[in-house]
Amino acid sequence: MSDQTELELAARVLELARASAGPSADVDVSVNRVALALTRFANSYIHQNVADTTTEVQLRIHSEGRTASASSTLAGADALGEMVERTVAVAKASPVDPGWPGLIGPTPVLPSHDIDEAIVDASPADRASRVRDYIEAVGDLTAAGYFRTRYRSSAYANSAGQAVSGACTEAALDAIAKTASLSDGVARQASRRIADIDCAVHGARAAAKARAWDGAVEIEPGAYEVVLEPTAVADVLYCLGNFGFNGKLVNEHQSFLEFGSRQMDGSVTLVDDGVSAFASGLPFDTEGTPRRRLVLVENGVSRDAAYDRRSAAEAGVAGNGYAEAENAAFGMSPGNIRLEPPAGPAPTEVDGPVSNSSVLELVARVGRGLLVTDHFYTRCLDPRRVLMTGLTRNGTWLIEDGEIVRPVKNMRFTQSYSESLGPGNVLGIGSDAIALPYNYGTNSATAPGLHLAAWNFTGGASG
Amino acid sequence: MTHFDAADAAVEAALAAGATYADARVMHRRYESMSARNGDVEDLTQRESAGIGVRALVGGSWGFFGVPDLDDALARRAGARAAEIAAASATVPNRRGGQGLIPSEPEVGSWASECRIDPLSVPLSEKGDLLTSATAEMRKQGADIAVGSYDIWDTRKWFVSSEGHRIDQHVRECGGAITSTVIGDGETQVRSYPSRRGQFGTRGWELVEETDLGAHAARIAEEARALTRAPQCPAGETTVIIGGEQLALQIHESVGHAIELDRILGWEAAYAGTSWLDLSRLGSLRFGSELMNIVIDPTYPGALGSFGWDDEGTRAHKRDAVRNGVWTGVLAGRESAAVAGLDYGGSVRADGWARLPMVRMTNVGLEPGPHTLEEMIAATDDGIYMDMNRSWSIDDRRLNFQFGCQIAYEIKNGKLGRMLKNPTYTGIGPRFWASMDMLSSDIVAWGTPNCGKGQPGQTGHTGHPSAPARFTNVRVGVRG
Repeated sequence: MSDQTELELAARVLELARASAGPSADVDVSVNRVALALTRFANSYIHQNVADTTTEVQLRIHSEGRTASASSTLAGADALGEMVERTVAVAKASPVDPGWPGLIGPTPVLPSHDIDEAIVDASPADRASRVRDYIEAVGDLTAAGYFRTRYRSSAYANSAGQAVSGACTEAALDAIAKTASLSDGVARQASRRIADIDCAVHGARAAAKARAWDGAVEIEPGAYEVVLEPTAVADVLYCLGNFGFNGKLVNEHQSFLEFGSRQMDGSVTLVDDGVSAFASGLPFDTEGTPRRRLVLVENGVSRDAAYDRRSAAEAGVAGNGYAEAENAAFGMSPGNIRLEPPAGPAPTEVDGPVSNSSVLELVARVGRGLLVTDHFYTRCLDPRRVLMTGLTRNGTWLIEDGEIVRPVKNMRFTQSYSESLGPGNVLGIGSDAIALPYNYGTNSATAPGLHLAAWNFTGGASG
Repeated sequence: MTHFDAADAAVEAALAAGATYADARVMHRRYESMSARNGDVEDLTQRESAGIGVRALVGGSWGFFGVPDLDDALARRAGARAAEIAAASATVPNRRGGQGLIPSEPEVGSWASECRIDPLSVPLSEKGDLLTSATAEMRKQGADIAVGSYDIWDTRKWFVSSEGHRIDQHVRECGGAITSTVIGDGETQVRSYPSRRGQFGTRGWELVEETDLGAHAARIAEEARALTRAPQCPAGETTVIIGGEQLALQIHESVGHAIELDRILGWEAAYAGTSWLDLSRLGSLRFGSELMNIVIDPTYPGALGSFGWDDEGTRAHKRDAVRNGVWTGVLAGRESAAVAGLDYGGSVRADGWARLPMVRMTNVGLEPGPHTLEEMIAATDDGIYMDMNRSWSIDDRRLNFQFGCQIAYEIKNGKLGRMLKNPTYTGIGPRFWASMDMLSSDIVAWGTPNCGKGQPGQTGHTGHPSAPARFTNVRVGVRG
């Protein structure tokens, strides 16, 4: 098995399944090999340091109107044969599946990005070294977080003739620095190249935020003008992706999206692009559908959503590359969503709580409002408005007349994310978008800072 | 070679590579799920995963490596890799000294969960008919989106440690749910049965049969439709009776996570968060009212967080977490207990062979109170009864929470009144629990199959014995 490429393995399982299910069956196979290593630290030492290499084979068979899906991490010949026979039997016993969308035929995909061999070859000592850089940079503060490397190599093959393969690499840092009085600051970045992530720079930035947040006071809740740091904007993008641009929810009228309508401010253009220079995605999904740059919102006008083949067929459109086997029930979301920043100068490091000069420019335009570093535990009250509740985290400050005047304690908000970006509500977008990691899978968001007219804070730290 | 042989080989290799302690856990899990929508099956998936995860201690630091193969050579390689990773950890060590483990008897034994009807052996046609008929009925009764689903996990584990543990376990878990969604004017309204995600336990298919999904399909569809016409839950401060399903999640979020020792020690500070609880006040800190008795009990028969031993070989045992409102216990592992100076573990589990065991909830829940739901309603002049979770959010110290429920009813002069939509309540954990003045004796052990924690992310299965309870001076009706 180890000498076999993912595409060869997919072809072998496809051949087995076709032989068993018969020539009239639709069969597709997806093979994913992931080498994940994550070095986690807390209280300024490495406390959890893990790695695993997993190859998973996913098989779908549609025969005589019935469908079955299976997957296995057991890639030996006997185990694969058993999986095939079991899936054929399950397909025969399954209820009728009237929504089967069929398979994609031979269709070219974009080439994968160059693989960063430094990620593929990263050793435990390499990761520990980067963690040490971060911890040393936070100085006398306490450090916690992780440094992660991931290499994914995947292939897809089906009985309609599609056969594609690709690979991607990702390195990520997500970490905080904490003062003795428990104020903290965060630094976060994902990249296709390990060399892009300077852990010492991030450590210094997180420490500056943590020190600047010390002595926070409680303020009255209410509607405030806000500047969201990219780390908070990423949450807005994830939630809009999950509940707004989810093709299945669009089909079910649970999404706010109305294609062709100006639903967001004219300054907002949202794209999903897993194969851009920012992201580390594959050029196809688990149904073999090619992925390309997908424009979700163009200058405020809603344009598109994420579909697998089933939800696309329901909508009467073509699948656009968002199938993920584990998301079938909830629906498909954009995995690498990006808020396009306006052109501007390259950002520079600045002193104090603001992450860089592009965000500082947004702060300078605020009359009275809040600078919010991060969101925490955001959950949906109603998908129709992407109505979310959550809390601020890792540093919040009061801004008056363009200046940061004092740190404030965490606050709870209850806010419609789609309405927060509505026409007239976006007062500025930072010129620097950075890629931010996601805890699950290979998703990421690429976000600049964001200046919004109003954000509804519904409670203070004390309730 | 047997699975124990593979685990033995991995442990031997880790020790040979310099580890002073090692353990290995072979896991083989089969999973099946089906979902139906509007009368048709939408998805049927079966997954199988097997492999070995090895944990090694070198110089007071830990390493973990997982591989999806079980032959001798690969198991040995996994053991050596775990030791190599631990050695790298030791280059950024704990300045206060290495982390050991509290002593443990080398347990040897077997355990299996209760299971009368093997859920994987129930014919797919029968399971499909259950979901398609229930969703068709919901659709007929007015649901715009009618969804039904079940999940089944069948997990076998073989655990070996360098201290002599040798344990095998077979855990079967399942559960199911139906949900009706109605699209209103710029809103959605949702009703689920028996809970938001379903009732889950370490039991066989008999649990799903007892749930009787089909019998509740029409009712929840009608309720979801009625909610679109119902008035909004008013905003303000009032007396709230919270149903058992919702209170189970309240226990999970504001008690269960708060008493996790790894959070208290700061090990989750960058992600899941810490805890408002201060170890120096264990045994004296008031968490809630005298009615509040919370027990950690992985021996609870059939509950979703039950097991024979945890994933580092500690035998399941019952322990108080809160007694008469005073905080008395934590969820701990052998490693975190050693750091905290405590003498018990028993709450460490991993989501699969490829993930590191970490402190997780088992069954964390209430002991019964002296009242009934009817008595609580009758004793309330002016308040709101709400149940069935719709949204949940809590801060990184597990203090400031806001929950949304699917449905509520006003209470006037001791009687239930109008249906109310979009009910939410918010508060601060210990203040909220201190206001609990009535508690039902009608305990149900609700299962939560989706507890996220850790990096890489892990999904845990937890149980929460819970019952309806009354709380005073609660802020309700927060809307954006």
